[in-house]
Amino acid sequence: MSTQRITLAKGLNAGLRKAMEDDPKVLIMGEDVGKLGGVFRITDGLQKDFGEDRVIDSPLAESGIVGTAVGLALRGYRPVVEIQFDGFVYPAYDQIVCQVAKMRFRSKGRNPMPMVIRIPFGGGIGAVEHHSESPEAQFAHTPGLKVVACSNPVDGYWMIQQAIACDDPVIFLEPKRQYHADKADLDLDLAPDPLFASRVVRRGTDVTVLAYGPTVKTALRAAEAAAGEGRALEVIDLRTLSPLDMDPVFESVRRTGRAVVVHEAHVNLGLGSELSARVTEECFYSLEAPVLRVGGFDTPYPASRIEEEFLPDLDRVLDAVDRSLSF
Amino acid sequence: MSHSTDFGPDLVEVFGPSQVDGGPELVQLLTPEGERVEHPEFRYEPTDSDGKPIAEDEAIRGLYRDMVLTRRIDTESTALQRHGELGIWAQLLGQEAAQIGAGRALRPQDYVFPTYREHGVAWCRGVDPLNLLSLFRGVDHGGWDPSAHNFGLYTIVIGAQALHATGYAMGMQRDGVVGTGDEARDAAVVAHFGDGASSQGDVNEAFIFAASYNAPVVFFCQNNQWAISEPIERQSRIPLYQRALGFGFPGIRVDGNDVLATYAVTKAALQRAREGQGPTFVEAYTYRMGAHTTTDDPTRYRLDHDVERWKLRDPIARVKAYLARNGAASESFFAKVANEADELGHRLREGCKAMPDPSPMAMFDQVYAEEPPELAAQREGFAAYLETFDSSSVVEPVETQGAGR
Repeated sequence: MSTQRITLAKGLNAGLRKAMEDDPKVLIMGEDVGKLGGVFRITDGLQKDFGEDRVIDSPLAESGIVGTAVGLALRGYRPVVEIQFDGFVYPAYDQIVCQVAKMRFRSKGRNPMPMVIRIPFGGGIGAVEHHSESPEAQFAHTPGLKVVACSNPVDGYWMIQQAIACDDPVIFLEPKRQYHADKADLDLDLAPDPLFASRVVRRGTDVTVLAYGPTVKTALRAAEAAAGEGRALEVIDLRTLSPLDMDPVFESVRRTGRAVVVHEAHVNLGLGSELSARVTEECFYSLEAPVLRVGGFDTPYPASRIEEEFLPDLDRVLDAVDRSLSF
Repeated sequence: MSHSTDFGPDLVEVFGPSQVDGGPELVQLLTPEGERVEHPEFRYEPTDSDGKPIAEDEAIRGLYRDMVLTRRIDTESTALQRHGELGIWAQLLGQEAAQIGAGRALRPQDYVFPTYREHGVAWCRGVDPLNLLSLFRGVDHGGWDPSAHNFGLYTIVIGAQALHATGYAMGMQRDGVVGTGDEARDAAVVAHFGDGASSQGDVNEAFIFAASYNAPVVFFCQNNQWAISEPIERQSRIPLYQRALGFGFPGIRVDGNDVLATYAVTKAALQRAREGQGPTFVEAYTYRMGAHTTTDDPTRYRLDHDVERWKLRDPIARVKAYLARNGAASESFFAKVANEADELGHRLREGCKAMPDPSPMAMFDQVYAEEPPELAAQREGFAAYLETFDSSSVVEPVETQGAGR
């Protein structure tokens, strides 16, 4: 009935609009989110329709944005904070880790912290330093926070609404490279998956590839290429990074016997480390090869002319698949 | 006045001779000797928490009682730490007037964001002092219900709460409880912090946000001269209250050891905020007579001379002198308050020692609204692991693989 063809940016924008319509306590805060509609236009038109009290252009101070959002949440609001770029979240790190994450625990549940912190993350847009990072592991390591990453327009629409409805604070990661890239059909009559659930996005029998955010597309392209060589890759979009939804992963690895994790974040102590440990603990006797990790190197994010060498691409995923299969 | 500069430049050297007694700009209504003095802008006009005027002597007796009982909470808690009943205690000795004045200026609908030293404000807000002790004993991270007292939990990270206060005030604006003209409805927020916190980015960002949105928040800074071992000269090269001007709202320096003045100034600042006129910075100029906490040793970094000088400005002694000299309180009143303090001390001692440790399983509570399965599994695994230590049961080897995961 009501099917629209939308980008990820449009999906997020429509999801935010719906959340604001559904709940007058939902506020949007951030730098340039008002008149400009955000540097990526994710909040486009929302201030015009919901007013300056609900779509708040903030002073240029990330700790200030998150810290005042804590106060608004204590007063009963549901703030949705936009951090302009991944690399700018660090001034707010203290407020996120020491206050947002711990407030419910500290107060024995009396002070819930229903806040969403949206962070455009990942590289591939030819940006200068601090605009292409993947800080998810730092937040996934923090008890009290939940961390999710959307990978496509339909998930963008539903997941942002589910995150806003969630009574726990959610770090909401958006693959900025995908904002205006691919379109997909949003059918409002189809019920969405739960927020904290991973999803098999391509069935296969030979190797399980785990991805989230921007690397889901990379993994799917790799699977397509591998199919041409007669190899069937199963691709799982993790969607939720903390908590992890491991059951579909375990089920898959028990069938394939092999797993490759793909993320843009640095490999050392990245999500892949935890995924590898969990798969090894639960699927030890099913594994035909060690869990392999493909990710950003353990260097600072490089200058953009060589960023595609830093980022995991189709060839590096296939290389890991080869190594897994030949182990 | 000048004295040894073994510990670096002193206040007089940095801020000029006006610093000898806090400076001529200091708002004072009761001198250290207990003499009432007038101020052109601020008057002591006591009201109850609903705004109804109350007789002055009665009100001052109430402030005296508050300060004596607050001091007893402090000295009793310090003793409990020395006896090993508390892990640590953050002392407020000398800051009673700053806190009681600020606390009694509140209306019920106002909200307070404290540091970890606002025991006097907590007292004014009706928080059971035993709930403060449970935090310092290590039983919990804050035992009171913030919304029952409109008094937030103690914040340990220096200055972080200034932003929470500002955001909360922005929420009040959106709730339509600012500047309506309805005295019973209009509300404001007080953010407490100290001179050390004035250097924190979060406090400065709070100033900017509050100014930008004209938020109804009073920034109440107790300048007790010391951030653990670092003197105020290390934090600021201008008097703190003068910083407010640079952020675009008024700053006032008040004698932090004069409870009438801290009451009058805070009340005016709160009124301004409730009416929608925006933030005010109040610098309560006081002195930390005790240590930073019970783990601290101030003899390593400051001179007895300074402490002795400030003893002459004791916040309680001056009120007692005023009440006695003016026949505003009888001997039996002072005896009654002293007796009440003894009873409170007894209650704190007994209550603290009787406080049970939480169950180890309590650490799993309220991490999330919706507990993730993996944390639930850790909880169950740890419970099963603890079961293996139950001496009443037959000890058998149990697979406890899940316990540490």
